[in-house]
Amino acid sequence: MLRHCLVSGIAVWLAGTLPAGAFIAYVSNEKSNTVSVIDTDKWAVIKTIKVGQRPRGIELTRDGKFVLVAVGDDNTIQMIDTATREVTNTLPSGPDPELFVQDKAGKILYVANENDNTVTVIDIEKRTRIGDVQVGVEPEGMALSPDGRFLINTSETTNMAHFIDTETRQIVANVLVDARPRYAEFKRDGSELWVSSEIGGTVAVIDPAKRTVTKKVTFNIPGMRKEAIQPVGISIVADGKTAFIALGPANRVAVVDAASHQVTKYLLVGQRAWHMAFTPDEKFLLVTNGVSNDVSVIDVAALKVIKTIQVGELPWGITIAKQ
Amino acid sequence: MTRLLVGVTVCLSVLVTGALAAGPLEIGIGYLRRADIKPTLSIVEQPADNDGVAGARLAIEDNNTTGKFLNQHFTLEEFRLKDGDDVTKAATALADRNIAFIIADLPADSLLKAADAIRDRGTVLFNAGAIDDRLREEDCRTNLIHVAPTRSMLADALAQYLVWKQWKRWMMVVGSHDEDRLFAATLRRAATRFGAKIVQERVFEDTGGARRTDSGVTLIQRQIPVFTQQAPAYDILVAADESEVFAPYLPYRTWDPRPVAGSAGLVPKSWDAAQDQWGAVQLQNRFLKLNSRRMTALDMQAWIAVRMIGEAVSRVNSSDRKTVLDFLKGPDFSIAAFKGQRLTLRAWNLQLRQPILLVDGRMVVSVSPQEGFLHQVSELDTLGVDQPETRCRLH
Repeated sequence: MLRHCLVSGIAVWLAGTLPAGAFIAYVSNEKSNTVSVIDTDKWAVIKTIKVGQRPRGIELTRDGKFVLVAVGDDNTIQMIDTATREVTNTLPSGPDPELFVQDKAGKILYVANENDNTVTVIDIEKRTRIGDVQVGVEPEGMALSPDGRFLINTSETTNMAHFIDTETRQIVANVLVDARPRYAEFKRDGSELWVSSEIGGTVAVIDPAKRTVTKKVTFNIPGMRKEAIQPVGISIVADGKTAFIALGPANRVAVVDAASHQVTKYLLVGQRAWHMAFTPDEKFLLVTNGVSNDVSVIDVAALKVIKTIQVGELPWGITIAKQ
Repeated sequence: MTRLLVGVTVCLSVLVTGALAAGPLEIGIGYLRRADIKPTLSIVEQPADNDGVAGARLAIEDNNTTGKFLNQHFTLEEFRLKDGDDVTKAATALADRNIAFIIADLPADSLLKAADAIRDRGTVLFNAGAIDDRLREEDCRTNLIHVAPTRSMLADALAQYLVWKQWKRWMMVVGSHDEDRLFAATLRRAATRFGAKIVQERVFEDTGGARRTDSGVTLIQRQIPVFTQQAPAYDILVAADESEVFAPYLPYRTWDPRPVAGSAGLVPKSWDAAQDQWGAVQLQNRFLKLNSRRMTALDMQAWIAVRMIGEAVSRVNSSDRKTVLDFLKGPDFSIAAFKGQRLTLRAWNLQLRQPILLVDGRMVVSVSPQEGFLHQVSELDTLGVDQPETRCRLH
């Protein structure tokens, strides 16, 4: 009780003295066809936005004006206006879009289309399709190198990370990784590319210059059968020292020393941890839990789960805006 | 100059795609099956003429999409055995054409003949169709990998769910053919293993006769209720009828209002057209686009077999049969097959571990192993004959 009073007291004090510190998280709910809007000050859902069918990949535009959400079964990407929090437009994404990434200027969007082995290139402002790249079977994970020169796409049944030159839009290298690669993430300094293999149960650390796998992050949870450890989402802190990896049906997020690539801790979250996003100040990491229909909040400094927020059915992707 | 170029190309070949000087690594895969197709009671379930091989063809496409980045090329050669054709000749002929891997959809005895005929060539057979336990037990072979699940895996998968559902009192109806009795035996074993009780068994004699008649339904409606009356108290009727003589007639016609499982009603299968979890929609869509029909369990078993070869070849970058076989048998092999977890081989008898779907013809009702059925190695080994009980000795 005392602790509770103290905490709420501090919260009131914080709210009263600091300039608006609240961030807004947008969570795509794959089953309910909605996006839950979370106020990170209240840690509560403040709005639920109706979107198209099967929303998964979700990102803010660079200017913060829109949230883009891939609605795979409607074969499009919807644009949610962050001011009104309503769907106002769509992008021509190609069939069954799942994950996507935008360039640094926020002008070009690269979309993985699971159904036809392509990556579609879209001009965001003009909302037109300006090209596509043929990749492996079932393209999924997408990342851009920090210098913007290379687009990475992972293909789930081909088991590769494709390096695509963003100038020529040609594949220049293919790196084999373990089975069903689902997500790709660069360290901010561009020194390492991490690719999670959901079925293989590992995360490959790739040297982007040599384009070879230099190390594999492996997981071992006592009492947990190996098949249940299925890494998906990867979030690496800006300083490149710590990484978080969502382990799917293992119901945990692994904390990884990003220098030694060793797991230092497993944090118990909800059921089937999918994807994650940091608050812009990197104090908190939010994790979507697909089966338990909630979002876990991790205190990044303390490495503790501090809160669980109920959202829609089968939450999948998450992105966090400054306001 | 040419030499320099070739040198550079070789150095980069693993990494860089595009126009390559050297020809691709060619991997020829054979597909061996019988020409005839068994008739089913329901015309909806009647297999297509390309049942199985259609899945292999899709996997060849998938392998080649990957192969174009690795300079590997896969081809499929189909051979259909007519009545009286010698299976050993057919298998040897495929091996003669430098085919290192053969997918087989054959009955148990033919499969063994084929495996023995090509053993000295080092050719590897992938059993995509036969569910007989003996092929993985007393009749196991070192050059025979089993992608199809066994009867006992199917029976255990069903039993786990029925026990979870607390439908533990089974009334069992068994057909009069050999394979029906084999399925019944694995169901009895499953009941004992997982704590169900078979309260009574009845045999449904196959007296012959046409499968389709103009006034058939009227007769069946009189026959089945009578056949199932005066049963002791039971929760579910379990049918063992692989021969498709009577089981599809049971649902909605039993004397007591009881659900049906086994060969009709809730059926254990390696795959179903209704499977859409774990990214399976992508595979189902690719299959539909290529073949203009839905994907069956046999299609999937053949798809996995060809993908296993593709996966191994991509990892070892070689088409050498021994290198590929060693990789498949080794600890680094696993395959993703849209079943929610990696599939691996049981080293002791070369059977692919896999979850089993329980389907009702329209939906996937559940997937076994069920939660709570534990195992010290892999929960997938709660399905089927486990290592301590195996009679297989691989030499």
